[in-house]
Amino acid sequence: MKYTRARSLMNALLVFYPTRAGANSATGRRRWRVLLGVLLSVAGSALATPFVPADPEQVLERLPLAATDSQAREQQGLRRGLAEQPNNWELALRVARRNLEIGRAEADPRYYGYAQAALAPWWNQASPPPKALLLRAVLRQNRHDFDGALADLRQVLAAQPRHPQAWLTQAVIQQVQGEPAAALRSCLALRRLANALLFHTCLSGALGRNGQAEFAYASLWRALENAPEADVDERLWALTVLAETAEQRGDAQAAETHFHAALALGRRNIYLLGAYADFLLDQNRPADARELLRGEQQADNLLLRLALAEQRLDDPAWRRHAEILEARFVAARQRGDNTHVATEARLKLDLRQQPAAALELARRNWAQGQREPQDARLLLEAALAADQPNAAREVLDWLARVKLEDQRLAELSRRLRETSL
Amino acid sequence: MIADLTEEKAARNAPNAYDGVRVSGGVITLMLLITLCVLLLGWIPAAFAHKPSDSYLRLTPHDSGWTARWDIALRDLEYAIGLDGNGDGAITWGELRARESAVVNYALEHLTLRTDNTACPARPSPLQVVEHSDGVYAVLDFALDCPATGAQTLDYRLFFTLDPSHRGLLRVDAPTGTETVVLSPERPHALLNAAPVSGWWQFASYWKEGVWHIWIGFDHILFLLALLLPAVLWRENGRWRPAAALRTVLLETVAIVTAFTVAHSLTLTLAVLGVVNLPSRWVETMIAFTIVLAALNNLFPLVTTRRWSLAFGLGLIHGFGFASALRDLGLPSDALALALAGFNLGVETGQLAIVALMLPLAYALRQTWLYQRLTLPVGSATVALLALVWCLERGLNLALLSMPG
Repeated sequence: MKYTRARSLMNALLVFYPTRAGANSATGRRRWRVLLGVLLSVAGSALATPFVPADPEQVLERLPLAATDSQAREQQGLRRGLAEQPNNWELALRVARRNLEIGRAEADPRYYGYAQAALAPWWNQASPPPKALLLRAVLRQNRHDFDGALADLRQVLAAQPRHPQAWLTQAVIQQVQGEPAAALRSCLALRRLANALLFHTCLSGALGRNGQAEFAYASLWRALENAPEADVDERLWALTVLAETAEQRGDAQAAETHFHAALALGRRNIYLLGAYADFLLDQNRPADARELLRGEQQADNLLLRLALAEQRLDDPAWRRHAEILEARFVAARQRGDNTHVATEARLKLDLRQQPAAALELARRNWAQGQREPQDARLLLEAALAADQPNAAREVLDWLARVKLEDQRLAELSRRLRETSL
Repeated sequence: MIADLTEEKAARNAPNAYDGVRVSGGVITLMLLITLCVLLLGWIPAAFAHKPSDSYLRLTPHDSGWTARWDIALRDLEYAIGLDGNGDGAITWGELRARESAVVNYALEHLTLRTDNTACPARPSPLQVVEHSDGVYAVLDFALDCPATGAQTLDYRLFFTLDPSHRGLLRVDAPTGTETVVLSPERPHALLNAAPVSGWWQFASYWKEGVWHIWIGFDHILFLLALLLPAVLWRENGRWRPAAALRTVLLETVAIVTAFTVAHSLTLTLAVLGVVNLPSRWVETMIAFTIVLAALNNLFPLVTTRRWSLAFGLGLIHGFGFASALRDLGLPSDALALALAGFNLGVETGQLAIVALMLPLAYALRQTWLYQRLTLPVGSATVALLALVWCLERGLNLALLSMPG
């Protein structure tokens, strides 16, 4: 999904999960599949003929929540209240936070729009109150307006240098932008402002991508052991980072254990599902990935991984899922939205076998400031597949600069260097 | 949900269709058909796909204003005015229809088109629905009556206060070309240029459609090819001989092309004016049959002199085919003659282009063994065979080949 990369976890603190656009290279390059894909996309574009349903009982659409649901009632109550007093600051904050939470849980960008609407009286002010600024930063981050988000955070921190959420959100954006050293500095500011587990999760996330994966893993492991009282969201984030660091080090067994522990917390988290699905695909366990993601059609990045797994299992459903994704990309492009390019690049690379188009999209993704390990991997794989090793130069330089230790990336870099020789 | 059921069904019908490399063409075709059916019959997503909110507004100019089609997501309408009457979390067609006037009023309150300071009144048609990649949308068809021509400003405010990330994706199919605009809270206006549709423009657009119809209509191209292949030769004692002079070749070609043109113009006009009305399936089958006849005449010549009469006789059928293509485009009641002339001239232009491409080549090669012994007989046989398949397909309503007809 487009707004998932920069996702915030709103519990005590605004913790952030980036998306996973990276997944494994798929096998099977049969021409007729590509042809079939082209034929189907032609058929798909012919769908938009309006009709009058014959049966008044025909269900046209299912809502995320029935109106009688307690959550929906609470939402409606809040909305009605805010409609009556749009300048009620406390109410506006509550509505905005609540919508951000739902948006994050469901990876549904409409809720980010509702959150913005609640903040309307403050949204266009040059210096709104810090609480509004922080929410504006998170919403901007969700739209990949990283510079705007960072400017808001700087403003918050200028007014309140001991604001833990602002430091944490800033660290997370710096991670996404591929600046682990800057992220590390932001995390260090949290030492006395946040609890130990949160601080160590932030720190290890940054250290792990800054050439110290071994140390990051061990210290986060210890911090988790020492924090039996930590709440579910904090544990979930810590376990996810731990699993990813283990993966980076090539320790599949540890990664599996941590992913399992995170899933066992029972909190639905789309980032975690995507990360675990990527791991399963990397471990050549597409059947498990398909099982994990069955029915996950809403968030683009999960639907993509479902299609990748299905394709490897020769399950014809992948074609329909790829079709749906492509229709959404078309719709996104029409509104001038570029947050989906990484997902689209992966689809073009693995499902459609169009390495040149995939490379173009992966480069655009990188140029937009999306510089996480999976973005690097996407570009490296696309450059290899398109036989254009020079296109990966920038990424190879970046890898050398940030000293990222990652076995999969190291292998790709080695192959790229060999081809360019 | 329907989506899941159809998908399951498709999977059951062709289990292991993709096992290994040895997949038969039949299975692929079956799978393709099943998938196409799933797509075309329309599946309904089980829940919302996650996409930011967009509406799609399309404007097309007509004589006294614009016709508009506006697709608005049911989910957004539900959020704005409530559609789920019984609160069960599912919006049915009945519930939407019960709120039809509320939907139309709400939408039209948030969209205005002004000429100077006068708003163009909207005349809505009954509501329909349509499927988009992220769910079902209500489709509002309406006409906007704008009294005067000149600069018109569209003002779009739908959902902006509820969801500032909503976008109106406007598409204007103006005579001068298609324009797209993304309408946002920061940019809610669009300036429309409603130059009145001139007669010349109408003529030119029908001319273009005529050229296009020849270009994509394989059957007319093949018919002409079959007729013109022997134009650079002449028949003597049961054998083809190369024509000696360019003049004879040109005369023969002009005679054939003119006869074809006169014939199909005649029937095209008669059909468009409603004097003669033939069922289109019969016409399409007969068109294929004329190609078979024209190609067979090259292999087993019956008509060798005055072949223009063949072009005339068979060409009568093709006119009915052009008429149904022209009717599909929609005929302007106020400029019927203009449209008819434009389309017909477009068809002639397309035809002449084919002649211009083919004739020099045929003329240059006419003395070679390749042309006399290979191009003419094998080409004609291929055309005859292909046309025969079309003939059967169209006559018996089968799908033997998936070639455009």
